[in-house]
Amino acid sequence: MAQHHDHGHGHDHDHHEEHEQLKVLGFWIFVVTDCVLFGTLFATYAVMMNSFAGGPTGQELFQLPGVIASTFILLTSSFTSGLAVLAMNKGNVKQLIAWLAVTGLLGLSFVVLEVTEFMHLMSEGATMATSGYWSAFYTLVGTHGLHVTLGLFWMTALIMQLKRRGISAVTRRKITNFSLYWHFLDVVWIFLFTVVYLMGVM
Amino acid sequence: MWENIKDFASTFFVTGDPLIYGADVSIVLSMVAIVFVLTKYKKWGWLWREWLTTVDHKRIGIMYLIASLLMLFRGGVDALLMRLQLAFPNVEFLNSDHYNAIFTTHGTIMILFMAMPMMFALFNMVVPLQLGARDVAYPFLNALSFWLFMLGAMLFNISFVIGGSPDAGWLSYPPLSQNEFSPGPGQNFYIWGIQISGIGSLATGINFIVTILKMRAPGMKLYKMPLFSWSVLSSCIMIIFAFPILTVTLALLFLDRFAGAHFFTMDGGGNPMMYLNLIWMWGHPEVYIVVVPAFGIFSEIVATFARKTIFGYKSMVWAMMVIAIASFFTWAHHFFTMGTSASVIAFFAISTMIIGIPTGVKVFNWLFTMYRGRISFQQPMLWTIAFIPCFVIGGATGVMLAVAPADYQYHNSYFLVAHFHQVLIGGVVFGYLAGIYYWWPKLFGFKLDEKLGKWGFWFWNIGFYVCFMPQYALGFMGMTRRYYTYGWDRGWADMNLVSTVGAFMMGIGFIFQVWQIAYSIKHGERDTTGDPWNGRTLEWSIPSPAPFYNFAVVPEVKEADDWWATKQAKANGTYKEQPAKLEPIHMPKNSGIPFIMANFWFLVGFGFTFGWVWMAVIGFIGVFACMWARSFQYDTDYYVPVEEVRRTEASLGRVV
Amino acid sequence: MAQHQNHGGHHSHGSMKEYVIGFILSIVLTIIPLVLVMNSILSKTATMIAILVMAVLQFVIQLVFFMHIREGEKPRYNVQTLILGLVIVFTIVAGSLWIMLFNKY
Repeated sequence: MAQHHDHGHGHDHDHHEEHEQLKVLGFWIFVVTDCVLFGTLFATYAVMMNSFAGGPTGQELFQLPGVIASTFILLTSSFTSGLAVLAMNKGNVKQLIAWLAVTGLLGLSFVVLEVTEFMHLMSEGATMATSGYWSAFYTLVGTHGLHVTLGLFWMTALIMQLKRRGISAVTRRKITNFSLYWHFLDVVWIFLFTVVYLMGVM
Repeated sequence: MWENIKDFASTFFVTGDPLIYGADVSIVLSMVAIVFVLTKYKKWGWLWREWLTTVDHKRIGIMYLIASLLMLFRGGVDALLMRLQLAFPNVEFLNSDHYNAIFTTHGTIMILFMAMPMMFALFNMVVPLQLGARDVAYPFLNALSFWLFMLGAMLFNISFVIGGSPDAGWLSYPPLSQNEFSPGPGQNFYIWGIQISGIGSLATGINFIVTILKMRAPGMKLYKMPLFSWSVLSSCIMIIFAFPILTVTLALLFLDRFAGAHFFTMDGGGNPMMYLNLIWMWGHPEVYIVVVPAFGIFSEIVATFARKTIFGYKSMVWAMMVIAIASFFTWAHHFFTMGTSASVIAFFAISTMIIGIPTGVKVFNWLFTMYRGRISFQQPMLWTIAFIPCFVIGGATGVMLAVAPADYQYHNSYFLVAHFHQVLIGGVVFGYLAGIYYWWPKLFGFKLDEKLGKWGFWFWNIGFYVCFMPQYALGFMGMTRRYYTYGWDRGWADMNLVSTVGAFMMGIGFIFQVWQIAYSIKHGERDTTGDPWNGRTLEWSIPSPAPFYNFAVVPEVKEADDWWATKQAKANGTYKEQPAKLEPIHMPKNSGIPFIMANFWFLVGFGFTFGWVWMAVIGFIGVFACMWARSFQYDTDYYVPVEEVRRTEASLGRVV
Repeated sequence: MAQHQNHGGHHSHGSMKEYVIGFILSIVLTIIPLVLVMNSILSKTATMIAILVMAVLQFVIQLVFFMHIREGEKPRYNVQTLILGLVIVFTIVAGSLWIMLFNKY
């Protein structure tokens, strides 16, 4: 441990900052690869858009009010995760945690709405095995929902770490990455909403 | 009860073939032997501390190398079994099912579990050293990538004795790969083995991009970076965009099989051609992913052994970047014959021909570098020289295949088989072997024996042409790939026999190489200078084998080929010694999490393979727990004190 | 300590004003397509194009106002990666449709 004191605090701090910046770039690249992943799912959905195989269509089953509600909920949560970052930049841990919690609650209600929607669709006879269209639908929308769910767990872990350690170079980087992820999920949802739901009911 | 167990065992284990029983016995024996040796010499702790938990890129590189050589052996045995079966007409050495399984595992293993890890081995062994960095950007992630690859490869390979091998071809086209035609776990092994190792590959792609962009030594502008590192950048750009597509494609195939979805089925609105479309969007960049690093290796070797600066450095860089992007626009040439519009076919035929241009530029650059150079024909250079004609022929036959109307004749014939083996062996395997010979002393501190290596080289090379040239002819004579046998009346017997002889010559070449490694461990020429080839780039400025922190003092780079320039300056007496100031070195700590997490992924894959959802759930919980634990770890790195650095350097014969 | 403040400045990208503008624009760009689709104001093709354009606009707005794509150190490797990624995504979607839809008719 002796060597730790050898060189000043400033050096250590600097090194950390640089190190954490490196991780933000890596995470950004990961998000872009996730874009490609969703792009592939969108391509599949687009190809399967009319493959109903005589089964129910999206137009018959979609209930827009629930979807519209989810859209605004996720949009708002994207905004509140931004407010969390603002709080972090001001150095206010309490506010940061509070905004994260709000974001999390909105995210949770989004997931609940999605599960409810899936249950409704399945009760109407549209399951993964019904037709190519529904396979593509559940995979595309479900993958997004899974991302949101994982994000909720991640956020929980981050809140616990913030409580223990406050705002440091490391937690700062983690929150930055998380908010990036969360905005990205909102962006994906915008396209889901447009391509799957709006075009589906047209 | 007993009946149940017997029932289960008879489906769980592969039975009925004496070859398999032989393999069972040898697997059990070698496992017992490994456990015995580790216990007897009390090496379990050493194994865990030094290897299973390491985050050192050089050690990870060595593990990749060992794994890939084992896979080369397995894939090679598969190849020889196939060639034996085809050596004469009407042979009944393998039955058709067994033959199907073998050509499937041969292809999958050679591309995904041999070429990919050998490439990652070279990335890991070389890139940080060339850049003047202490490690990769994310050492923990690097270890995780390796273990995901390893456990994915293991999952794929155990299919051979447990459950049954996949047998629907190396890319598993539906409808053949669907439940209806491929019931049982074989196909699931394929999906999960590749899926798990694919996640690791994606992470490696991100890791090395950030390493190259952000961790170069001070002064090393991008245009002063060694060409191998450029080729790795190009390859990683393709990896990060291609591998998500593979992940999705395999996931969709799995949903078809597991959840009754209708993506690629014949009924319910599915479309098998969509699978081809998606898998080749990954598959075409994939072949460039593995071949571009070989181009980088050749560039380093040609410059070193011709004692000249590489000709057309910038055009080399641009060619590789153009290949990285253009490789995403040619995928449909793999299924011209499936039927789509004329405009699609025209577009993809032309784009395929265009991608040949940057490759041609590179070949000319290598030739011009050698022109009037003082070439020394040591092993790395031999493989490089052998590569050029081989790859040029392979490329030319590729352009022939790209001519869409003609492709209707060549498609899925032995002409195609010969073509892709020529680019993959002549390009990738020759390239990686050249790279291994070249960088071996840096990793292990000794050279590989020249004499045995030359035997290996000639057997490989002559064997290659003897094996594959007849296959071009066989293609024209109407022999299509994946035939498990043929009659005397087809007139294919002579050519096939010749081809089999060639394959065995390559096998002998491989044996020479194994012998060479074993021999050189004891008798190989020791590398005491750290610069055995009179190299040009930074990795040759440090001792061999490199100390765990690589560079005691991070070098200041002024030139492309900086080490060469330094040596020149020293010779001219214009070199100014800079007072080196040692500082404590910041290093990552070892971690067991990557290894444990990859094992849980294995459980996930194994569970889904047999439809045991409970096991998959346990696996997922384990994976999740590992991620959670890692997120809460803050004490992940440490400083190496100056004293220790000084001691280590002194023990390597360097005074700092 | 001067160094520390520097870092503080480096990180404080984004202001409340930016986030609020982004949020409001996003809401507007969500409502317009909804109105267009629910009331069938335009022809089918025109609606499709209109709502896709709105989606892309909203994407850009989130990039600028929420993800602060314009800031950050140079060279902007993140922007370059994103652009390349989007080109690939476009290729995947458009290419798949181009190749696959021929067989549908």
